[in-house]
Amino acid sequence: MREGRLAVSLRQAGPIPLDVEFGCGAGDVLAIFGPSGSGKTTILRSIAGLYRPAHARVSCGADVWTDTDAGIDVPPHRRAVGFVFQDYALFPHLTALGNVMVALGHRPRAERASRAEALLARVHLREHTARRPHQLSGGERQRVALARALAREPAVLLLDEPFAAVDRPVRRRLQDEIDDLRRDLAIPLVLVTHDFEDVVRLATHVLVLDQGRSVACGPLTALMSRPDLEFLRDAVGLGSVFDATVVEVDAGRGLVHLAFDGGRLVVPRGDLSIGTSVRVRVPARDVILASTPPHGVSVQNVLTGTVSAIHPGPARDEAVVQVAVGSLLLLAEVTRDAVDRLGLAPGRPVHALVKSMSIDVRVVGGATPRAAQ
Amino acid sequence: MDWSALQVSLRLGAGTILILLPFGIWLGRVLATRRFRGRFLVEALVTVPLVLPPTVLGFYLLVTFGARSPLGQAFQTLLGHALPFSFEGLLVASAIANVPFVVQPIQRGFEAIPGHIRDAAACCGLTPWQRFLRIELPLAWPSVLTAAILAFAHTLGEFGVVLMVGGNLPGETRTLSIAIYDRMQAFDDRSAGIMAATLLVITVLTLFATTHLSRRVGGRRA
Repeated sequence: MREGRLAVSLRQAGPIPLDVEFGCGAGDVLAIFGPSGSGKTTILRSIAGLYRPAHARVSCGADVWTDTDAGIDVPPHRRAVGFVFQDYALFPHLTALGNVMVALGHRPRAERASRAEALLARVHLREHTARRPHQLSGGERQRVALARALAREPAVLLLDEPFAAVDRPVRRRLQDEIDDLRRDLAIPLVLVTHDFEDVVRLATHVLVLDQGRSVACGPLTALMSRPDLEFLRDAVGLGSVFDATVVEVDAGRGLVHLAFDGGRLVVPRGDLSIGTSVRVRVPARDVILASTPPHGVSVQNVLTGTVSAIHPGPARDEAVVQVAVGSLLLLAEVTRDAVDRLGLAPGRPVHALVKSMSIDVRVVGGATPRAAQ
Repeated sequence: MDWSALQVSLRLGAGTILILLPFGIWLGRVLATRRFRGRFLVEALVTVPLVLPPTVLGFYLLVTFGARSPLGQAFQTLLGHALPFSFEGLLVASAIANVPFVVQPIQRGFEAIPGHIRDAAACCGLTPWQRFLRIELPLAWPSVLTAAILAFAHTLGEFGVVLMVGGNLPGETRTLSIAIYDRMQAFDDRSAGIMAATLLVITVLTLFATTHLSRRVGGRRA
């Protein structure tokens, strides 16, 4: 598959207001996150050439697909875009196999059927390939839609609310599969979602959207360490997100030790094995700060760092403290009173206490504990 | 039983479908998918033959295609005879009278295809023409079939326009409907009865075939 960075710039006042500029590198997953009606789908449609904003520039690698200033507008069927629609938009009169074969027009006729079989097998749909969409389950339909999007050998993969219509266990499996695809394909992957769990689980980069405007855009870890994003605070609560590796398993007590750049955390996840890559989220509300090393507390995780920023919290008497622990920027929501009592200020050393129970750990990459999910 | 009248009726029905279907698929799809200025005017014009008295329609067709009109003269040189009171004239009149019966069901059929399906087809790399042939037409097929049957059945029963434009020439413009009227006027109730029954059987069989076919086609996509 072709490699290249996706670069998008869209601007118009109406009828759907848009003001965004972002990029997505090969192998990255950009999650466009925002409330419904914020223009998320319109952005995907603009990339695919199905919608044309007043001012737009869309390019992928060396190919310019849209440039309203230069009068360039490549029609959708000539853009190497794989699009998984929210309702999957499968062709109702064709079988699962037929649906995938439609997108194989660039391949010799003789090999289309076997190629379509292989694509369906790749998304783990080996049975029911002769069935029509209405005879398939929601999860199976999505697999067909995914296989169809991949059939074109796209330079960009676009997913519109890919998990909205499937139940939770199926959702987890599909998320894993998309994560696998990301690593195999090495193309930009843009995902639209209103569910923050998808973001934490899949995204490498996030674009936070509100009424067509980009509120924040950047790598997930950096974005989640910012104390000032009100939208994130209101929608999901503040909390740092970072990647770590399992370095020690304490099977007897059902605990594992996670190492990250800056320290270690102990979490109660007996199902993980050594070497597993995980993504960790530490809710800011569950971080306690101390000015001296604490003794005689139940909390196992004490991280030592320095205060890097203090931001006013959601309520008048609250504050968000950003603590640098190695390269990690940890967020803690505490009272203003606590800030004063501890004498917290940028540059001051501080100890952050994190309850093991409140740490959210998700496996990313590596197939090790998939069976346990 | 006037066999030549039956033959004229069937030829007229088949000819009308043959002329109108390509036009109806084109216009129906345009009306279903495009937003352009004057679209409502076109939709209103399409409906005119439905509400206009057939005799009025027939009158204006006669005027339009008459030997003195430029259009009539064009046909005269093309066919070697005048359009009115000929089978060709009847065909043109029938095609115009049937426009709403063909365009409207087809338009509904294309309208029923969700926009996402069209978008998905484009994102699968299909050119507009391939999208039409491989995705849209198969999905709209039941409505195209309905349109064909409606036009055929309506042509068999058309009376006013046929009488105005075609007159009553045996083997040329005398359709079964006209023949029935003709026989009744001559107090030949028996012939009229046979022909009426024939028309009834043909109509019922056609409708039966439609429901059966559309159920089979519909079953593929239900």
